[in-house]
Amino acid sequence: MSDVLAVHRHTTRRTAVVTAVLSVAVLAVFLLALSVGDFPIAPPEVVRTLLGGGTVRDDYIVLRLRLPRALAGLFVGLAFGLSGALFQRLLRNPLASPDVIGVTAGSSLAAVLCLITFGVTGAVVPAAALAGGLATAVLIYVLSWRRGVTGYRLVLVGIGVAALAASAMSYFLTRADVRIAAQALVWITGSFARVGWTEVRMAGLFLVVLVPAALLLGRTLSVLQLGDDAAKALGVRVERVRLALLALAAALCGVATSVGGPIAFVAFLSGPISARVLRTGRPGLVPAALVGALITLLADFAAQHLLSGAFQLPVGVVTGAVGAPYLLYLLATTTRGAAA
Amino acid sequence: MLRDTTTAPPQRRRAPLGAGLALGLVALALAVVASIAVGTKGLPPSVVLEALLHRDPADPDHLIVWQVRIPRTLIGLLAGAALGLSGVIIQGVTRNPLADPGILGVNAGASLCVVVAISVLGVSSMTGYVWFAFLGAGLAAVLVYGIGSLGHDRATPLKIALTGAACEAAFRSLTTGILVTDNSTFDQFRFWQVGSLAGRDTTVVTQALPFLIAGFVLALASARILNGLAMGDDVARGLGQNVPLGRALCALAVVVLCGTATAMAGPIAFLGLMVPHAARLITGPDHRWLLPYSMLLAPLVLLVADVIGRVIAQPGEVQVGIVTAAIGAPVFILLVRRKRVRA
Repeated sequence: MSDVLAVHRHTTRRTAVVTAVLSVAVLAVFLLALSVGDFPIAPPEVVRTLLGGGTVRDDYIVLRLRLPRALAGLFVGLAFGLSGALFQRLLRNPLASPDVIGVTAGSSLAAVLCLITFGVTGAVVPAAALAGGLATAVLIYVLSWRRGVTGYRLVLVGIGVAALAASAMSYFLTRADVRIAAQALVWITGSFARVGWTEVRMAGLFLVVLVPAALLLGRTLSVLQLGDDAAKALGVRVERVRLALLALAAALCGVATSVGGPIAFVAFLSGPISARVLRTGRPGLVPAALVGALITLLADFAAQHLLSGAFQLPVGVVTGAVGAPYLLYLLATTTRGAAA
Repeated sequence: MLRDTTTAPPQRRRAPLGAGLALGLVALALAVVASIAVGTKGLPPSVVLEALLHRDPADPDHLIVWQVRIPRTLIGLLAGAALGLSGVIIQGVTRNPLADPGILGVNAGASLCVVVAISVLGVSSMTGYVWFAFLGAGLAAVLVYGIGSLGHDRATPLKIALTGAACEAAFRSLTTGILVTDNSTFDQFRFWQVGSLAGRDTTVVTQALPFLIAGFVLALASARILNGLAMGDDVARGLGQNVPLGRALCALAVVVLCGTATAMAGPIAFLGLMVPHAARLITGPDHRWLLPYSMLLAPLVLLVADVIGRVIAQPGEVQVGIVTAAIGAPVFILLVRRKRVRA
């Protein structure tokens, strides 16, 4: 028994350390994103400006130009990381991120329809993306309902829906004029270039509700992990909790997608990376969210400053290149933690 | 999934499963005829038969059959069979129902190589793409399997799946990076990317055939290995299998088959993922039945999708990759709902 307690204490301590280190790293990259650019502003100046004591020029550059984008990266990363880890743990499969089971595909399809078929741009696109993601999530849940929903059936139905959405998207892409198609491609890839305060404020409002709810309910995940029967015996209303968690995960994913597009791989990568850094064998929710934020902020930083000149890469191009090698490194070096 | 075998004794299942396989063959033959007959210029079956038996180079109908429809049908048959088989094997090797043949990085690697070929080397023909796609698929698979086998516990199913997905992420990032910075490459690539059987000639088939035959033999021979692996590494080892070797051979089959199929027809998504699940609902978990069933069902779906793609948008056509998902996904969802599937 004392061994069990010792292991438990060790894991808790490791989680605390990892969470602290990740938080500091996220904060550092966040400040870096605010200070680097065509007009470099030293980090202490940035902090002073954030606290309300900056010059007019610094106010404009930091608060007007750079802060919305950095906040978008932070929010979107947190939401994707959390959403991915929730899906992966609920469905007990490290490959079951919202990218795979169709939630983001629904968002993208809605956005592509707006851009290509209806020729709408601007604020309608994020709203449509959010609606598309949520509608897809509901559709997947309804289609996989048959006297209850098993994780396996949900995943398979999700794959089917994802394939359907993706094929519709490809169809519209090949039918469209190449310039509009290229514009849609940027949206599908994910980019923060056009994000302003409106989107960030909306996302912030949603996240203030969704994140605490997800973390609170997420505490039952370790009980659900024991299997439905055991969880029921321990007094968890399995079906209801699972539905609530799935809804929260889908909503988080939808909100994140509506801000910057379906930024690829953040949701998939955060979980396995956090599981391996924690050495618990499964993704922790807070660390996964922080890993997501870190990947997104780093990727957006690289996307803005990697190519010299006016051209900026969409952030979704870089996330895979930033996060994937790190996961590969972890996979090649860690020997423990076989499960997701 | 293993529990299913115990519910029905194998002796009793063998006859209906064999009959089903024969029925599948008949359906496939019909699909082949339809694929040769249907198109922008519809040909009656009698003309098709005539063209097949007595080829007349001067007859324009025979020309259509031999120059356009037959290569296309052959590629559909071969690519479909290859994708169906590799889907079963990859799901068996990684023990993950979400794994598709692309998970070894094959599709993403092929795409990256083709994009580089278009963008940097200025390659612009389908026959040119084939070799780059094949090169990319091979390199990617070696990379994924290499990284997946590093570390203390060697190539566990989970590590292969995660390594593959991570590599896929990295490759796709690079591919999109090139595409968003280079509009003319994107314009060419978007048509290769959706997957199509059109515009390929017989040289593509002859180039691919040796690889495919080797892959088919390897795949059909791997049923016992896969049945062992399905029960877990320890049980497989207890049954006297060489687990790392078996897994490596299976992975090799996936790479050869999926790489060749991608090189021939572009990255046709979803087929390799869907067909094994559909076949499993018919056959149960025994790979000795699952492999041949998938090998039949996948080209059937692909050819039917291709024919439909030619009919619905006349005089143009919709690429087969798009139709496969558009038809396959609803059927797949229905199947998943109807049957009790266990994880």
